[in-house]
Amino acid sequence: MGRYVIRRLLQMIPVFVGSTFLIFVMVYALGDPVAALFGERAPDPATAAQIRRDLYLDHPLWQQYTHYMAQIFQGNFGTAFTGQPVLELMGSAWPLTIRLTIVAIIVEAVIGVILGIITGLRRGRSVDTGVLVLTLIVVSIPTFVSGYVLQFLFGVKWGVVNPSVSPAASFDELALPGVVLALVSLAYVTRLTRTSIAENTRADYVRTAVAKGLPRRRVILRHLLRNSLIPVVTFIGTDIGALMGGAIVTERIFNIHGVGYQLYQGILRQNSPTVVGFVTILVIVFLVANLLVDLLYAVLDPRIRYA
Amino acid sequence: MPDTTNSTVKDQEPTTLDAVAAITPEQRDVPRSLWNDAWHDLRRKPIFYVSSLLILFLIVISLWPSLMTSTSPYACDLGKSQMGPANGHPFGFDTQGCDVYARTIYGARASVAVGIFTTLGVAILGSVLGGLAGFYGGWWDAILSRISDIFFGIPILLGGVVILSVIKGGSITTVVGFMVLLGWPQVARIARGAVITAKQQDYVQAARALGASSSRMLLRHITPNALAPVIVVATINLGMYISLEATLSYLGVGLKPPTVSWGIDISQASTMIRNAPHMLLWPAGALSITVLAFIMLGDAVRDALDPKLR
Repeated sequence: MGRYVIRRLLQMIPVFVGSTFLIFVMVYALGDPVAALFGERAPDPATAAQIRRDLYLDHPLWQQYTHYMAQIFQGNFGTAFTGQPVLELMGSAWPLTIRLTIVAIIVEAVIGVILGIITGLRRGRSVDTGVLVLTLIVVSIPTFVSGYVLQFLFGVKWGVVNPSVSPAASFDELALPGVVLALVSLAYVTRLTRTSIAENTRADYVRTAVAKGLPRRRVILRHLLRNSLIPVVTFIGTDIGALMGGAIVTERIFNIHGVGYQLYQGILRQNSPTVVGFVTILVIVFLVANLLVDLLYAVLDPRIRYA
Repeated sequence: MPDTTNSTVKDQEPTTLDAVAAITPEQRDVPRSLWNDAWHDLRRKPIFYVSSLLILFLIVISLWPSLMTSTSPYACDLGKSQMGPANGHPFGFDTQGCDVYARTIYGARASVAVGIFTTLGVAILGSVLGGLAGFYGGWWDAILSRISDIFFGIPILLGGVVILSVIKGGSITTVVGFMVLLGWPQVARIARGAVITAKQQDYVQAARALGASSSRMLLRHITPNALAPVIVVATINLGMYISLEATLSYLGVGLKPPTVSWGIDISQASTMIRNAPHMLLWPAGALSITVLAFIMLGDAVRDALDPKLR
């Protein structure tokens, strides 16, 4: 196990360098951060040169990249063009997005697994068909459409919730945005649980448990569900990164000043330090989540052993 | 192939009988190829007909939108801004006073084009690169796997927003190009796995022993057997690409005016949802139905081509 973890960590390094370098090149080489700083006006050449020197932009691209990464690992993410340190922006943005992601994961895991059990046990019946059709419909509606429609219905028409989230963003305020963010994944979790349950109901250990005369509840919860949840857990794990990336849409709709919102503002204003800083952290989250999922696999399924 | 004619004759027989009861032991013994089997399975599914008809309709209106409306999507009258349905304008008007019905019809073109071209690009590029990597292995495989790892490290929506905001294209070609760039590694991985599995089969080993060349083994023996998983992923993803294009256009980095796109229209309508929800609901409904049609088709194709799920 220890050797496997080390090997995986080493494999992560080139992927991390590659992905962040790709984003770095896109933002710094294809766009011109100094020109963006001046907006419509042409910058004074001397001033532009001074800014370039201050921002380390007068060096070759690979040196800029290594310099930037060295700074990041010392905890210095640079300063946004508004003069605010990027780290400060992150400090206010990350807690919001983490809370939103937690709500979304709870929603998709709880509701998705319950629906999956119900449909998996009644495969082919009308409940099953109904839920399956429903999941197809949910997957087909893009997040920004379901977001606006639900915001309009719950926030404006029926007035159940506040259509826009306050800066404090408590958990109950994040319920609706969390559901919106989770909807598509919720449908996937339902389908995955359903397939897994339906497959395992025919397994020998389930037949044994039933033959032993165990109560149905116990067979389903202890024997069937535990084994069927392995693919679901791995899906939810890899989904963490996708949800945080998807927050760019949800946070815009509900006016939550989290990671997605700051990132989107940074992109619109070509605020390069903000964009690269936030994306770098997101890439790390994504990679670590994937690693944890792989390790979790071995914990959940003792048949898998990593050498 | 004799089995093809056999199975088609047999397929036509049990029209009046119940499909399950009609399968006698002799019929079960008739060997059917994977494709015949899949086609047989598809033809019994109502969901396949519904989605195919919808997609056919969408393709027709993307090619000839004037069949459905005589109003131009650019003929706008600011005096009618945000007005509800009127005579000859069943969906009402948007903020610019353009006919929402005409814009909804004309918007199909961008979505369908992006979906189909991206799927074709991803499927071709991914299966060629992944297939060759799986077949030849070695350094080419190692490099390709590392490159696809790097692309997997970037969530697709995030990468799209960053890259497209810098490129500033806004045409269908740019958006398709970007989506192929970020989408091919997924298909490449699947194609690579399928080719490696097919390569180890006895019939490929036999062909190799008989002295078949690499290209003959690839084209005659491996490709037909490794194609199914690629087709399944490609059809399912088609709907997701349409959804992604609309999301990017909504965020202002995908398609840009004057291209008529549902994503752009929804984005513009979103700020006015309290006063004029019809501006948002019609293009949003059209978008969702389009994605649904492609996802339903993908689902039916997957069920037909993946015998494990039966």
